Amino acid sequence: MSQHITRAEVCVVAVAEAFRDDGEILANPIGTIPMIGGRLARATFAPDLMMTDGEARLIAGDVAVNGGDAWTTEAWNPYRRMFDLVWSGRRHVMMGATQIDRFGNQNIAALGPFDKPNVALLGYRGAPGNTINDKTSYWVPKQSGRVFVEAVDTVCGVGYDRAAALGEHAARFHCLPRVISDLAVFDFESDDHTMRLRSVHPGVTVDDVVAATGFDLVIPDDVPESRLPTADELELIREVIDPEAMREKEVPDPS
Amino acid sequence: MDKRMTEDEVISRLESGMTIGIGGWAARRKPMSIVRAILRSDLTDLTIASYGGPDVGMLCASGKVSKLISAFVSDDSVPLEPHYRVARQTGTVTERPMDEGMFLLALQAAAWRVPFLPTRVGLGSDLFRDDPSLRTVTSPYPSPDGATGEELVAVQALHLDAAIVHLNRADERGNAAFFGPDLYFDDLLLEAATMGFVSCEKLLSTEQLAAEAPLHTRRTNRMFVTGVVEAPNGAHPTSCVPDHETDDAFLRTYAGSAKGDGAWDQFVADYLAGSEADYQKAVTS
Repeated sequence: MSQHITRAEVCVVAVAEAFRDDGEILANPIGTIPMIGGRLARATFAPDLMMTDGEARLIAGDVAVNGGDAWTTEAWNPYRRMFDLVWSGRRHVMMGATQIDRFGNQNIAALGPFDKPNVALLGYRGAPGNTINDKTSYWVPKQSGRVFVEAVDTVCGVGYDRAAALGEHAARFHCLPRVISDLAVFDFESDDHTMRLRSVHPGVTVDDVVAATGFDLVIPDDVPESRLPTADELELIREVIDPEAMREKEVPDPS
Repeated sequence: MDKRMTEDEVISRLESGMTIGIGGWAARRKPMSIVRAILRSDLTDLTIASYGGPDVGMLCASGKVSKLISAFVSDDSVPLEPHYRVARQTGTVTERPMDEGMFLLALQAAAWRVPFLPTRVGLGSDLFRDDPSLRTVTSPYPSPDGATGEELVAVQALHLDAAIVHLNRADERGNAAFFGPDLYFDDLLLEAATMGFVSCEKLLSTEQLAAEAPLHTRRTNRMFVTGVVEAPNGAHPTSCVPDHETDDAFLRTYAGSAKGDGAWDQFVADYLAGSEADYQKAVTS
């Protein structure tokens, strides 16, 4: 096994860490590296997590992300049941973000005015319901100042400023644990719940992150490096969960 | 009562300006043979409510839609629906946006004949900016965790003039069964509508349906059904598992028809100008 640890593998571990203390809920990471990271968490330090096949099944075991034939279904979870999980507080989703701002407001609906957008995207999807009911983290496979923006054009996923304005009751289930990109890991554990640089991936400087961010980040005096996979984790990633190295296509290694 | 009819007989029950709900989800189990009949018809000014996929895209491209009620439009393997994007970016279709779960509540409220259902979903988001009709309601009761006077979103009932859905099997009276992993919200669409139309891969007698379809797959029944259409491969190019998978190659061809320079007109000429039988022949040849 190669000794060189790729950027994608660091991202996988960062995703896994986001689900570490979630207990027996649905970990619902969306995207290639998020799905690998979620499975890594369950295969190691978060064994009680449940995970989807991307459609209507919850899949047991430590299995390849693309190994559909070998999957064991442990429960049926059609879309209607998904809302039951979300609205009862039993999910931690990791969504994408076309735009995200310093408070964690997220846009996946449209760029420009909503009535007649310059770029129509997906729509609001489940972002309003996810963010007001459950833990919601975000995955950004290619961070830039066009994604990390001063203000998003449409607030689909609710950020901390909007949540605070609703008052303590309305937003009591709102929680954005992490934002993970190809460059770094972020959280909102600052005094005013604005985005804080939590760690930089090996080979990335704080200046690199600042240059790829369109707003003022909270930057601690001492920014650690993102954790590397252990030998056991690396073997799980490479041999069991993602043997076809799909992760390397989503985040190509810079070296 | 025998409710069998053709796609064109379904169209004869519909009128311009109606609000029509379409079943399925993205590129999965869409009632496309009836959608294609709408494309061929002179219906116009429709309000379409859908967990959208190529159904919405094709109706937009054909100028049938004035208003869309939706949480997303995606063709799955083509994540951003190309004709939906054109319609939104040129302003030919206005959108009343929803969260995915709000859509379910809007249908459920209509089905239960109540004006709204309460939820936390939507609070703090720009749904209030982009849907000026959206309102909140103050809870008269304490919440289960003791919070009092909570302000919640009141999701207004979404009543449909007609719902069209595609299921795996049905009998001639309108009882039906789904054999795939998810019913999506097809039952609620039928229950929220004045008229319900079910197309199916295969029509069976009630006795055959009882023998072939496990009880839990028979979620929709004839009380909510106005007409039944037998349409083998009728969901194409969307999936109707286990009868057939998504035709991703065809979806890519379809996506190319949004590139302008007459590409859509060519797509219509190649696939949509003739009858459903002509379409099936063109896509299976």
